[in-house]
Amino acid sequence: MELTTLWFLLIAGLFVGYFVLEGFDFGVGMLVPVLGRDDRERRVVINTIGPLWDGNEVWLITAGGAMFAAFPEWYATLFSGFYLPLLLILLALILRGVAFDFRGKRPEAAWRRRWDACIVFGSVVPAFVWGVVFANVVRGIPLDGGHNHVGGLLDLLNPYALLGGVTMTALFVTHGAIFIALKTTGDIRRRANRVAGQAGLGAAVLAVLFLGLTLAHRGGTAAVVLSALAAVCLVGGLVANRVRSRTDAEGRREGWAFAGTAAAIALAVASLFAGLHPYVLPSTVEPAVNSLTVLNAASSAYTLKIMSWVAVVFAPIVVLYQGWTYWVFRKRIGTQNIPD
Amino acid sequence: MDVTDLARWQFGVTTVYHFLFVPLTIGLVFMVAAFETAWVRTGNEKWLKLTKFYGKLFLINFAMGLVTGIVQEFQFGMNWSEYSRFVGDVFGAPLAMEALVAFFLESTFLGLWIFGWDRLPKKVHAACIWVVAVGTVLSAYFILAANSWMQNPVGYRINPDTGRAELTDIVAVLTNKVALITVPHTVAGCFLVAGGLVTAVAVWHLVRRPGQDAGTYRSAVKIGAWTTLVAMGAMLLTGDIQGKIMTEVQPMKMAAAEALYSSEQPAPFSVFTVGTLDGSRPVWSVEIPGLLSFLGTGSFDGRVEGINDLQAEYEQQYGAGDYSPNIPLTYWTFRFMIGLGAAAALLALWALWSIRRGRTPTSRWLVRALPLLPLLPLAANSTGWIFTEMGRQPWVVFGELKTAAANSPNVGPAELITSLAVFTLVYGVLAFIEVRLLLKYARAGLPDVTPPPQDESEQDRPLAFAY
Repeated sequence: MELTTLWFLLIAGLFVGYFVLEGFDFGVGMLVPVLGRDDRERRVVINTIGPLWDGNEVWLITAGGAMFAAFPEWYATLFSGFYLPLLLILLALILRGVAFDFRGKRPEAAWRRRWDACIVFGSVVPAFVWGVVFANVVRGIPLDGGHNHVGGLLDLLNPYALLGGVTMTALFVTHGAIFIALKTTGDIRRRANRVAGQAGLGAAVLAVLFLGLTLAHRGGTAAVVLSALAAVCLVGGLVANRVRSRTDAEGRREGWAFAGTAAAIALAVASLFAGLHPYVLPSTVEPAVNSLTVLNAASSAYTLKIMSWVAVVFAPIVVLYQGWTYWVFRKRIGTQNIPD
Repeated sequence: MDVTDLARWQFGVTTVYHFLFVPLTIGLVFMVAAFETAWVRTGNEKWLKLTKFYGKLFLINFAMGLVTGIVQEFQFGMNWSEYSRFVGDVFGAPLAMEALVAFFLESTFLGLWIFGWDRLPKKVHAACIWVVAVGTVLSAYFILAANSWMQNPVGYRINPDTGRAELTDIVAVLTNKVALITVPHTVAGCFLVAGGLVTAVAVWHLVRRPGQDAGTYRSAVKIGAWTTLVAMGAMLLTGDIQGKIMTEVQPMKMAAAEALYSSEQPAPFSVFTVGTLDGSRPVWSVEIPGLLSFLGTGSFDGRVEGINDLQAEYEQQYGAGDYSPNIPLTYWTFRFMIGLGAAAALLALWALWSIRRGRTPTSRWLVRALPLLPLLPLAANSTGWIFTEMGRQPWVVFGELKTAAANSPNVGPAELITSLAVFTLVYGVLAFIEVRLLLKYARAGLPDVTPPPQDESEQDRPLAFAY
């Protein structure tokens, strides 16, 4: 395989990992005030992702770093071209990360309410804006001969991109609700399952619409197959969300439901990348000349070779120890487990 | 002020701010890891108390370092896209390695450490914080290797077709002599800060609540103060080597550090000067003869190149232009770096002296000076970095790319002013909140570490830690 193709796949894989993992913890963040009716319940919701969210966020940082090393032109064009959207994401991630850590450090209700607002803002905004950014990447943006974005902010807020933003948000809410149901006991679990069912219906409609529009615009066979599989997995997950648990009369088949939404998000993101290839950032102006592809955006063969070795050695190790963390914190929690 | 200036201000504000949290993270994680290891090995509760107490301060600080770090990675592409296009092939590699090798380790194992008190065996739990510690140093190494390439580019060629830098030798980049000396110098600077914080907080408790947990706080003062003193020794040693390497690879920076306009042999070092440093007229100064020669060359009568000679040399090599950095700024930051660090070491010595042979510190002046113990070395770290980065100007990559040609051509003043305002405002508010939280938890003192009664079933037991 060409190293440029390998690195395109690796970066796609990093974004898939990022959206599957941070996807549910964005969903959890958005649902803090919805599912938590008092402070103790809100703490249960937050603590389902307590030990996990930070490690999940590193998938994004690694995706960015990998892009910088393997496709500097892609990195430079994307990050300078989506300046204000990325600024908004940075602001959201800053407030959210600090909020998780600082929220419990003072007892006052007002203090905690403010940080809860930061958690919600910090979860909704990146979910929505990433959707807008990725939709625009697939759709293409106007680039000049130096690969600089020459469009304005308002061009980025086109209806298709906004649909992408709403779809991603709805998917993450569903994914997060199912994760909460998987990790909690009692009332919160029941409520989370109910919210997952409602949000899932909306997410499924939006996802079919968005992926359909995407395929009409930029779809090869691979993208069509991946999109279809994503839809199947999403429906499968939502069905599992309706099926009663065999071990616990109050619960549903949350493990299967979570596997379904996780696979659906993974396949949907993969289908966007499949549709994009061999472009990494198509230009709407003189597409044949100004577009960025895996070839004209890539680093030298030597850099790609070095980085391939680093990735081959370290990526499996990362997956192993992150998997171990999920195993260590596998237990469900409930209000009785929250210390005073 | 043009867009490059705005982009530089933003980089300066966000980077100096980010590096207020990094030193404490790197230094303190090792000290907390050592405390926990002492507890695991001896079973003495005082070490557990110190682990939990300083661990909490560490975590409050870590959160800020983490979130401000994401900005660092994003802004190369956002504000400096021409730079990113030019260097990505070389500079991106250590950055990606940092994320894949170091950031995952830090964040994953820190999660295990924070929430794993009741889920992991003691030894595994202590091992987790050591893994975090290793992660912080790996992270420092990769990012400093990247920065050192900007100071002293090695292991690359310029592709004649694209005009961009391309990696030819990754080993040369990762063993850049500037990187190999900058890493220990920077890490020692981190210990200077962390030792100062540990000492200051412990002395404060000894004075304010004499008798209570006195033995534990005394241990903390000793460990903290010795850490600061040893770190200062390491700073001087590594700084000395760094000065000689800098004289060799970036002679203009060394000349600027002394505001030395004409080459001299031997060259004196001025402790301070009164008057303008623009070279237009001689200034009044207190000088140590031959010291600059020694700092730069290792010999008291070595020749040190002056700014004017270097300027003439660079004009021949790179064409017309101004090749000297902001002289007063480099001159003074160089002195503040050294002076503030040394002052912190003196304070640590004073703290150590105040508890000699079982004494309880009583000096009111010592108590007043306590906040300076972590703040002086923190300021020394900042001024050191400002010196290093400003001293490289007008280059962003020495000899290859000028800063003025590196910013994003499609990012205008409106976007830059917006982001600069957003970051400054949010960072300011968060700094205020963070300092208040640190003070609150520092004042609270050592926690109670008696394990809670385990009468509930395992299902209902409260978590050892929860947000």
